[in-house]
Amino acid sequence: MNLPGLYIHIPFCKTKCPYCHFYSTTDISSVDVFIVSIIREMALYADAFDTFDTVYIGGGTPSLLTIHQLDSIISGVHKHFDVPPNAEITIEVNPADGDLAWYRSLKSLGVNRLHLGVQSFSDQALTFLGRRHRSDDAFAALDNTVHAGFDNFGLDLIYGVPGQNLQSWRESLASAVSLSPPHLSAYQLAIEEDTPLCHSYRCGSFDIPDEDASLAFFLETSAYLERSGYHHYEVSNYAASPSQRSRHNQKYWDHTPYLGLGPGAHSFKEGRRWWNHRSIEGYLKDLAEGTAPVAGDETLTRDDLRLETLFMSLRTAAGIDVAAFCLQFGENLPEIHPSIIQSLVDGGLIVFKDGRISPTTRGLAVADQLALIF
Amino acid sequence: MTSMDYIRNFSIIAHIDHGKSTLADRLIQHTGGCDARNFQDQILDNMDIERERGITIKSQAISLPYTARDGNTYNLNLIDTPGHVDFSYEVSRSLASCEGVLLLIDAAQGVQAQTLANLYLAMEHDLEIIPVINKIDLPSADVERVIEQIDSELGLDTDTHLKCSAKEGTGIEDILEAIVQRIPSPTGTPEAPLSALIFDAQYDSFRGTVIHCRIMDGVVQSGDIIRFMYGGATYKVEEVGHFLLSRQKREVLSAGEVGYIIAGVKTISDVRTGDTITLENRPCDKPLPGFKEVKPVVFASIYPIASDDYEDLAVSLEKYKLNDASFVYEKDASVALGQGFRCGFLGLLHLDIVQERLEREYDQSLILSVPSVRFRLTLKDGTVQYVDNPSHYPPQMDIAKGEEPYIRAAMMMPERYLGAVMKLCQEKRGMNSSLSYPGPGRAELIYEMPLSEVIYDFYDRFKSVSQGYGSFDYELIDFRDSNLVLVDILVNGEKVDALSQIVHRDRARACGLQACERLKEEIPKQMFKIALQAAIGGEIIARTTITAFRKDVTAKCYGGDISRKRKLLEKQKKGKKRMKMIGNVSIPQSAFLAVLKSDTD
Ligand SMILES: Nc1nc2c(ncn2[C@@H]2O[C@H](COP(=O)(O)OP(=O)(O)O)[C@@H](O)[C@H]2O)c(=O)[nH]1
Ligand code: SF4
Ligand SMILES: [Mg+2]
Repeated sequence: MNLPGLYIHIPFCKTKCPYCHFYSTTDISSVDVFIVSIIREMALYADAFDTFDTVYIGGGTPSLLTIHQLDSIISGVHKHFDVPPNAEITIEVNPADGDLAWYRSLKSLGVNRLHLGVQSFSDQALTFLGRRHRSDDAFAALDNTVHAGFDNFGLDLIYGVPGQNLQSWRESLASAVSLSPPHLSAYQLAIEEDTPLCHSYRCGSFDIPDEDASLAFFLETSAYLERSGYHHYEVSNYAASPSQRSRHNQKYWDHTPYLGLGPGAHSFKEGRRWWNHRSIEGYLKDLAEGTAPVAGDETLTRDDLRLETLFMSLRTAAGIDVAAFCLQFGENLPEIHPSIIQSLVDGGLIVFKDGRISPTTRGLAVADQLALIF
Repeated sequence: MTSMDYIRNFSIIAHIDHGKSTLADRLIQHTGGCDARNFQDQILDNMDIERERGITIKSQAISLPYTARDGNTYNLNLIDTPGHVDFSYEVSRSLASCEGVLLLIDAAQGVQAQTLANLYLAMEHDLEIIPVINKIDLPSADVERVIEQIDSELGLDTDTHLKCSAKEGTGIEDILEAIVQRIPSPTGTPEAPLSALIFDAQYDSFRGTVIHCRIMDGVVQSGDIIRFMYGGATYKVEEVGHFLLSRQKREVLSAGEVGYIIAGVKTISDVRTGDTITLENRPCDKPLPGFKEVKPVVFASIYPIASDDYEDLAVSLEKYKLNDASFVYEKDASVALGQGFRCGFLGLLHLDIVQERLEREYDQSLILSVPSVRFRLTLKDGTVQYVDNPSHYPPQMDIAKGEEPYIRAAMMMPERYLGAVMKLCQEKRGMNSSLSYPGPGRAELIYEMPLSEVIYDFYDRFKSVSQGYGSFDYELIDFRDSNLVLVDILVNGEKVDALSQIVHRDRARACGLQACERLKEEIPKQMFKIALQAAIGGEIIARTTITAFRKDVTAKCYGGDISRKRKLLEKQKKGKKRMKMIGNVSIPQSAFLAVLKSDTD
């Protein structure tokens, strides 16, 4: 079994982006008590978890924190858990935040992977997305990253922004590639329920690409980045080499245990998933009383696990390991569904090779539906 | 006075929503037929579906003990009647069991189509008619106008009318008095040989069939050996009685009375509405008039969505059949859908009800094939075949002559809708029309039409073009020549036999195209493009395609919140369970019935 991963949610943002449905607040008055509390939360799990080989500090906007504050958190992690020297320690950075000194200090805290929320190289798109940085900030952030000596880092990009076309998107991709990041994530803008963006979309303020256009963006992204030397290893993720994939995210995909700390964070261990309060108040209150700030939990049935395994595996280029699936769920998929597999192969949606059912690029584009077939 | 003098048998007839069920409840309450504690509104409509759809499907009866102003206690037997053309025969049998009716008219709406149609039915049976103006509590009530209509449109004596508010319970006493005073007591001779009219039957899982009947002559009591004159079966009577809210056992049922007979009848098909019951050892001369064997006119196959559920379905159908004598079925198998049953129905409403009850009461998930009428085919070798199942349709080249059943439709409506109704009838291949005016401003239109045109959506469209004022009734007349063809539907090149239809050649292309369009609306997108085609033999007459999913994947499963994503997919997966896999295409249950909906819905 792989070692578990640790996720730390920093629930603060300077401004709220209208498309975002992650939990965060712009009221930063409680940052200090939050830090004390999250360290307390670590203590509560010190018995249940002992070693993590990935730590991911996400948010929210962790780059709003000072080095001192981040140091407290990371020291807390080391105090309560074992984190081996080769562990992947990632932090999400908003390109508007931090100077070279801050980046360097991150390095000295042991952070070895940066995830830069660039989102776009078009100021127009950044404005639509309500981001507080501009394309110049991205170049500056990249400079800092490289000068501080990070060799493992990734960029986040968003496509499908109103006003964008394939041509302008290709230009954004070209800018990204010119910076040679070892890792790239390219997400299609999703209209999430209960976000300001969803509201204005319902009011008809803008259009989003239809299914055909979405597919065109998706295929173009994949083709462009593959040509530029990246491997499309998950629906939205690309890596220059296998060692530069996100080791942390992989744990979500294959049911490796993970502990999520902070408001709204999810955890998974031994078939049980639980999640924290999605409000800083509820979170702080529970911890002040010394109890885990858990809002709910569920124990996955075998069917739940099966469905998750299917849809999570089919989101990755590696796909389903037929033998492992059969061992766990007693179903030899190619034997049970020979004609389905054949028609999916003929239709160019999967390849069935070396004991794996792996989605093609077109298959990745319909991964959710693929999972429902079996 | 004899005991018959204290009996009144009556029905309430009305246009829909004029308050029949509400008035029935009120009468029941008023006569203490039911205490408030277990009183449930609209007691006579006791199946869920009836209550939801507000229609009465099966007739029911109840005895109301009423002490009149003259100090005597009367037994008022209220016989409820179904309200849809699919069940017009049952209506006529119920009325044949009565001596009078309350003709209920909404004070605000006045005389409507079914008011008139029902009135004519009552007149056919020579019944005493008491017009009752209901809903006088409504601010929009216009009693004067209704009285005027009773005179001019119904041709009834205006002095005879009563007024009530069934909702508020006013005028109920007067109605009960009028029933006693104006409706004749039943006639009949208790000393004569038994003849009893069956107007309904129900199945009780403990006692077998409970026969609802009106005793015309003679008496019946437990221990008697009875015979069903049409069916011929004999049984020993176990119990007789009246209907109060529950069955009330009696020593005897005698001429003029309405009640039930339990005789251990387990074979429900022995009991037919309209048949006459007599005594084995002292039979009456001849059966009561008006018996018709109700024959199914619409046929469709039923399949379980999951083939594993076939046995379960078989058991459910068997049980269901006990409660619905007009439903017939036999085994059937489809290449596309596997094992199932071929079923016969009185009409599409009946089909709908059967489907709904099987799903609701017996928890079955069903697929229904496209309904069809029964065609007559003469083959080149001279043999004649009746075919109601498209999958038994012989090769076209073997057929010398095709014929389809025709009906004579009688439609009554205010004159102003005549044009629209005639247009509809012509569209439905109606012919040999005739027109008459039974009352001022009221037109009666007779058309001969192919039954196949009528079963699908005619009744709904007729109601809509006549804005609900029209009444419609029909009888089968004969088979007539028809240039028939078999239209097959192919999904990705694979024939789905349950979607095949036998249609007139002139309608084939339109019908094929419509089927393809409907399927396109109903079948959700899938992994691959789906080609939908309609074909006659090898010739494709219509086609359309459903595009495949091109992009359907969420961008992120962020921060380990995989449960949310899984729940979304689970929901979709549940939806898929209600679909039938044909080749590599999942077809939802709804697609099968959607094929025959018309464009005007
Ligand atoms: N205001 C008023 N509404 C009534 C009266 N009688 C029935 N209704 C309403 O009319 C509607 C139809 O009544 P219902 O008894 O179901 O009619 P049915 O279709 O003839 O059985 C219902 O909403 C009743 O509540 C009445 O006397 N006054
Ligand atoms: S997208 Fe990131 S920066 Fe914007 S509100 Fe959401 S968490 Fe904060
Ligand atoms: Mg009713």
